[in-house]
Amino acid sequence: MTLQKSSEEFFTEFSENSAPRPLFRVANIEKRYGQRIGCTGVNFDLYPGEVMGIVGESGSGKSTLLNCLAGHLEPDQGEVLFDTRDAGLVDTVTMAEPERRMLSRTDWAFVHQHARDGLRMSVSAGGNVGERLMAVGARHYGQIRDEAIDWLGRVEINETRIDDRPSAFSGGMQQRLQIARNLVTGPRLVFMDEPTGGLDVSVQARLLDLLRGLVRQMGLSAIIVTHDLAVVRLLADRLMVMKDGHVVETGLTDQVLDDPQHAYTQLLVSSVLQV
Amino acid sequence: MNDYNFAYLDEQTKRMIRRAILKGLAIPGYQVPFASREMPMPFGWGTGGVQVSAATLTPEDVFKVIDQGADDTTNAVSIRKFFQATAGVDTTEETDKATVIQTRHRIPEAALNEDQILVYQVPIPEPLRFLEPRETETRKMHSLEEYGLMHVKLYEDIARHGAIATAYAYPVKVEGRYVMDPSPIPKFDNPKMTMPAIQLFGAGREQRIYALPPYTEVVSLDFEDYPFEASKADHSCELCGADDSYLDEVIVDDQGGRIFVCSDTAYCASRQTALQDAAAAQHEEISA
Ligand SMILES: Nc1ncnc2c1ncn2[C@@H]1O[C@H](COP(=O)(O)OP(=O)(O)OP(=O)(O)O)[C@@H](O)[C@H]1O
Ligand SMILES: [Mg+2]
Ligand SMILES: [Zn+2]
Repeated sequence: MTLQKSSEEFFTEFSENSAPRPLFRVANIEKRYGQRIGCTGVNFDLYPGEVMGIVGESGSGKSTLLNCLAGHLEPDQGEVLFDTRDAGLVDTVTMAEPERRMLSRTDWAFVHQHARDGLRMSVSAGGNVGERLMAVGARHYGQIRDEAIDWLGRVEINETRIDDRPSAFSGGMQQRLQIARNLVTGPRLVFMDEPTGGLDVSVQARLLDLLRGLVRQMGLSAIIVTHDLAVVRLLADRLMVMKDGHVVETGLTDQVLDDPQHAYTQLLVSSVLQV
Repeated sequence: MNDYNFAYLDEQTKRMIRRAILKGLAIPGYQVPFASREMPMPFGWGTGGVQVSAATLTPEDVFKVIDQGADDTTNAVSIRKFFQATAGVDTTEETDKATVIQTRHRIPEAALNEDQILVYQVPIPEPLRFLEPRETETRKMHSLEEYGLMHVKLYEDIARHGAIATAYAYPVKVEGRYVMDPSPIPKFDNPKMTMPAIQLFGAGREQRIYALPPYTEVVSLDFEDYPFEASKADHSCELCGADDSYLDEVIVDDQGGRIFVCSDTAYCASRQTALQDAAAAQHEEISA
């Protein structure tokens, strides 16, 4: 009870004090799997250019929440409002499917933990990057290819690899390719589920640097789910801490990490918990 | 003479297939599911086309079957005989005499007219299958007109081969709406698909029927800087001299000698006859 209250208080406070319109507004989201709670009572606003981190132990509901926000899962309750170009804040849960799918390949992007879930493994790197462009009507091969070369460069993949399939790439390269493929249409909101998960530590560091650079350059708004507090320390402006499907603490990243209020966050930060 | 219903299938089945055909004609390029029946021949023999022909034929029809353009392959002969036996219809090899033409892999060279129906045998009706194996997903992509993937396929072609290498089953967009697989005809035939005849497509194993009413707009997909080209071998027919028909390369001896001949045997034969007649007339003139 008290946990939920604190997040709601934060929500109210934040929205009242901020003049600009939120890009993304999440109101009272709940998702159950039968009797089991996936996530519940989640509220927050995300402003343009802001990066929100979601941390919590395994099974705390991070992926469930992210998938509800990105339209991959239908929540049982609540609203997920997005500031659309045409109509301003619109509830994407009740939006018609064609519009939601259009959003997913234009203004939204989703980076999966496992690159193979987010890539077409039988299609060349260039085709992977070009797909979203072609999906929104690009019909000039030369221009699509130039754009793909540019994006491969931005994620530090040599353009000589443009015609190779992702299966010939290392895990880190695959993940960078997935990022390029997602960012090529200049999305306004990026969802990431454990973008550095499953990679070697040195590879993780390079990917994190790259992501931080892109987020800053492009002024991206993003929601990043991770186990790894180093990831949110580096990338997230704000943090949401989840436990058993509830948000137990939320605030500016440095504040939450340096001065955790909730007992669970204190454990998490002191690394007593194996997350 | 036989124990079958007219054209082998029972009336109820033919009605079901006709309903699918009519729906297909009403929504050009849309794949209509139908309950494909067992036919007394293997799937590779074009059971989809055979069922569509069976539902289309009337006793007055004149039936022609071509396989890769030829009337005399085993496949074409068998299907022709099948309908001779089960429907008692007249058959022909001459394109302009036929009212229903069943085909595999070609559109006849001679222009078809409004009184004709062209029935295609289709192995794989789903043009998106190559990149998206999930049927639920491809159906959604059609309904939402999400066709970016088709261009990804063409992009891959150019990236790998320097040009759009797809030579058969070249994808088309129908009336600006549905993307359709034209069956494995050579892309040389694609521009002919906007035609006065009705075109019906039957996929037996995959249980799909689709259709193009007369004069439907059919556009081959391409890129602005890699436009579609209806290419053929750069030769003329060794037998009839035609330089505008689709050619097959034929090996003529065991020294690797090869010639190019019309794949449409009826077209080639009619041109050869015309040439002979002209030569004979000239000969008569000279001797007269
Ligand atoms: N498809 C499902 N069916 C039933 N229960 C599920 C399903 N997916 C998740 N859950 C349950 O919902 C809760 C939240 O799971 P979720 O995957 O969202 O956690 P998570 O924080 O992403 O965990 P991890 O860090 O391991 O990825 C867990 O109790 C989980 O067992
Ligand atoms: Mg998860
Ligand atoms: Zn010829």
